[in-house]
Amino acid sequence: MLMLEKRPNPSRGWTIATPLLAVLLTMLFGGILFAALGKNPFETIRSIFFDPLFSEFAFYYRPQLLIKGAPLVLIAIGLSFGFRAGVWNIGAEGQYIMGALFGAGVGLAFYPMESWIVFPLMVIAGAVGGTLWAMIPGVLKVKFGTNEILVSLMLVYVAEQLLASMALGAMRNPEGMGFPGSRNLAQYPSAANLEIISGSGMHWGVVAAFIAVIFAYITLSRHIFGFQVRLSGLSPRAAAFAGVNPARLVLVCLGISGALAGLAGMFEVAGPAGQVSIDFNVGYGFTAIIVAFLGRLHPVGILLAGGLMALTYIGGEIAQSNLGLPGAAIQLLQGMLLFFLLAVDVLTNYRIRLRIMEQT
Amino acid sequence: MVASLGMPALAQDKTKVGFVFVGPVGDGGWTYEHNQGRLALEAEFGDAVETVFVESVPEGPDAERVMTQMALGGADLIFTTSFGYMDQTMNIAAKFPDVKFEHATGFKRADNVSTYSARFYEGRAVQGHIAGSMTKSNIVGYIGSFPIPEVIRGINSAYLHAKKVNPDVEFKIVWAYTWFDPAKEAEAATVLIEQGADVILQHTDSTAPQAAAQAAGNVITFGQASDMAEFGPTPRVSSIIDNWAPYYIARTKAVMDGTWTSTDTWDGIGAGMVGIGEITDAVPAEVKASAEALRDQIAAGDYHPFIGPINKQDGSAWLADGETADDGTLAGMNFYVEGIVGDIPQ
Amino acid sequence: MDLSAINPILLLASLMVAATPILLAAIGELVVERAGVLNLGVEGMMITGAICGFAVAVGTGSPWLGFMGAALGGALLSLLFGVLTQYLLSNQVATGLALTLFGLGLSALMGQGYIGIKAPAFPDIHIPLLGDIPVIGPIVFQHDPLVYVGLLLTGGVWWFLHKTRGGLILRAVGENHDAAHALGYKVIKVRMLAIAFGGACAGLGGAYLSLVRVPQWTEGMTAGAGWIALAIVVFAGWKPWRLLLGAYLFGGVTVLQLNLQAAGLAIPVEYLSMSPYLATIVVLVIMSAGRAPGSLGRIFHASR
Repeated sequence: MLMLEKRPNPSRGWTIATPLLAVLLTMLFGGILFAALGKNPFETIRSIFFDPLFSEFAFYYRPQLLIKGAPLVLIAIGLSFGFRAGVWNIGAEGQYIMGALFGAGVGLAFYPMESWIVFPLMVIAGAVGGTLWAMIPGVLKVKFGTNEILVSLMLVYVAEQLLASMALGAMRNPEGMGFPGSRNLAQYPSAANLEIISGSGMHWGVVAAFIAVIFAYITLSRHIFGFQVRLSGLSPRAAAFAGVNPARLVLVCLGISGALAGLAGMFEVAGPAGQVSIDFNVGYGFTAIIVAFLGRLHPVGILLAGGLMALTYIGGEIAQSNLGLPGAAIQLLQGMLLFFLLAVDVLTNYRIRLRIMEQT
Repeated sequence: MVASLGMPALAQDKTKVGFVFVGPVGDGGWTYEHNQGRLALEAEFGDAVETVFVESVPEGPDAERVMTQMALGGADLIFTTSFGYMDQTMNIAAKFPDVKFEHATGFKRADNVSTYSARFYEGRAVQGHIAGSMTKSNIVGYIGSFPIPEVIRGINSAYLHAKKVNPDVEFKIVWAYTWFDPAKEAEAATVLIEQGADVILQHTDSTAPQAAAQAAGNVITFGQASDMAEFGPTPRVSSIIDNWAPYYIARTKAVMDGTWTSTDTWDGIGAGMVGIGEITDAVPAEVKASAEALRDQIAAGDYHPFIGPINKQDGSAWLADGETADDGTLAGMNFYVEGIVGDIPQ
Repeated sequence: MDLSAINPILLLASLMVAATPILLAAIGELVVERAGVLNLGVEGMMITGAICGFAVAVGTGSPWLGFMGAALGGALLSLLFGVLTQYLLSNQVATGLALTLFGLGLSALMGQGYIGIKAPAFPDIHIPLLGDIPVIGPIVFQHDPLVYVGLLLTGGVWWFLHKTRGGLILRAVGENHDAAHALGYKVIKVRMLAIAFGGACAGLGGAYLSLVRVPQWTEGMTAGAGWIALAIVVFAGWKPWRLLLGAYLFGGVTVLQLNLQAAGLAIPVEYLSMSPYLATIVVLVIMSAGRAPGSLGRIFHASR
């Protein structure tokens, strides 16, 4: 029968080959699904995976990939530190919301004063908001041994309620005809996170995402902290012998992920989204968890995985609008893609052996 | 970039109409009815029109992208069907001056951006009339979604007309803080029934309150957004139906004829945008007759649901005798009328 | 304000109904987590159960068959998660999230032909004699059968976990899978069974919404109930009876805040709505370390 045998080291070849294999499998099974729905499978697959990059209107979609992918990459990079060290922050969605609320709060407090200082203060506030929210599960874990997976998840719901309260109450636009939602920060020059070069998709959040990728790459491969993170994930006991302070590690890992998620929320609320509204959060915090895993917790991998997810979102919209594909089919396709990526990952870490069962 | 985006779509015989939906077309409520309007548009013009839509589009950068994509794809007219798309619609409309945009329920317009909305409060008046006439406990339960002008307007209109036929009527209002959460809506309805309400009005889109009323027995309800006729003849005795088809057909026609101009449309029963679902036999004949008379009066423009004398909740005068509310006040309505108990959450 | 309008008997009765879908989903997840598996895909399994149950009930005219179909649908979907996490050793958090995405899409596609149709009736049962007892009768003995199924499942799970050998093995697997493996227990088989049970329960919870509570099919109708179920499991400290309490508390806060609103009391709804989650965190802190199943969320691979 087939047996799995753990490889001493993850296979380099499979690390690169498995994502491609997963995408191919998704195209195959997705094609079957689309054919079953009565659509031309080739045209549909082309719309989703190629049109955003190479079609007539790719000049518009390519920058959009940056806008859609940046928050995912930024959050996922932060999460990857903790995930490597065995610290499970799955509440990035909440930290994203809090970053946005803190950032927007600062921006709205200064309105309508124009000054160069507003935006930097908002950036700091966003990072602080996310960090503070992530410190709750961190401190509880360190002080009381509470499970951080569950606390961080619970805090997502708390943050969502706070968001609703802010959109309907304290941050509601006084000139908004009584509708929920704050002033549009994108229309307040000192607070707006606009494209740095028009039409390029590059806003400060995208810049931050790229910086985070580089920062994470250097930290993980060159810095003592990166070594500690990796060691703790592999063997907590060895890490303790090597002098890693586990409490500090938990706090730092959660702090980094909270800060980056908070930044992502702040850049989003000040730019692409523009305002604090009840439905401001659209699941980036959860999708980023998937992105982190798809990217194998490696900075470059996360960058590519974030791009791939963004591609399916944008391509999915093209397929819906051009081919009349139901939105649900896109969700299903994304689910499938994730399943295949997770499934074939086994080849990276394990060897499949055909073995005759020995009777003992 | 902006200049290149502004290029007119390639000449083509078909008129292409795009729809941006905030929920899934299968939500059975708000988005479902907009999609019905889209389908009616296709049925009306056949091959002369091509429609495209994207569903469940979040109100943010995703909405801008979907609109841009439709415009690039050659759409001549784009309907953006949620209040939360307002700023996004304005942004994209500025980049595509040759594409016409229609934003539902908003208040910002441009040369190529119209707004449209329905006077649902007219339907609420008819509901209030039936509710006030039929309640035995004199308690009417009202499930609100969010405390915004649209919903508050509906409450006021229903209350005024219930009060007119039944001076003892009392409204109990709960805010669900959601547009769509069937389980929560069921709970809200149950709570109201337990507190004595025998009429339930809902401003949320699921059928859950209908089912809760049916289970309780002796409670009447009204369909919301869709007819919900499957719950008739009781508990559902009538309904407010969002009927966007006539508007979508008329505006598309205007684009085809080249007569489209930016407008602010706020249509009600008269124009057919607000439909009153069949009043079932569970309603006594004389109440049914007077309700239909009210409906017809409103439709003909002979009667305005907000006609003075009306005081605000705090007792201060709002409308003098015979004076009707102006659309500006109605659009931003943030107060209850006199007689309603409780505060609007802030 | 008129607090006397709140009838405590009716409040408690409606609380039992309101808590049922989350209780059903949570009791399944509790077993899964006691076996050491964290399946975050409850929402996806619930909504899939909702449409499977609805389709079967409409097709056959029998709500009971519908519930069976829902359990089957939920279980089948959960096995996808099981195969990935148990045999292909994928990360449970990521796989669970993917399962939710997959389930939401799948259910919407399956449900396309079922919009605007009413489900066959599923009447309440009025238990004779018991149902006529004043006060207690209307609270406890006049509900639809699934309310009692939920209670029976809770009791059954408690009995299974604490009074049977199978339960002992399941807990052993959840506490320390390496030790359980060393003792010769089939870790993966136990976990696959637990995952399927969890999926079936989540399916039932979803179908309770589509067949009893609403009763109609609309896309996304579970509206986050699956996530609440996850919270309740934690709140309960992985104990079945406390789970019941948790479900009533979470359901109760909603019912109570709606009651207070209807009574004319101005309450900050958002802050009341977040209180159960804060309470869960407090409970976690009080329970302190070591109460979660030892192997929760960890990948098991029998190295030799």
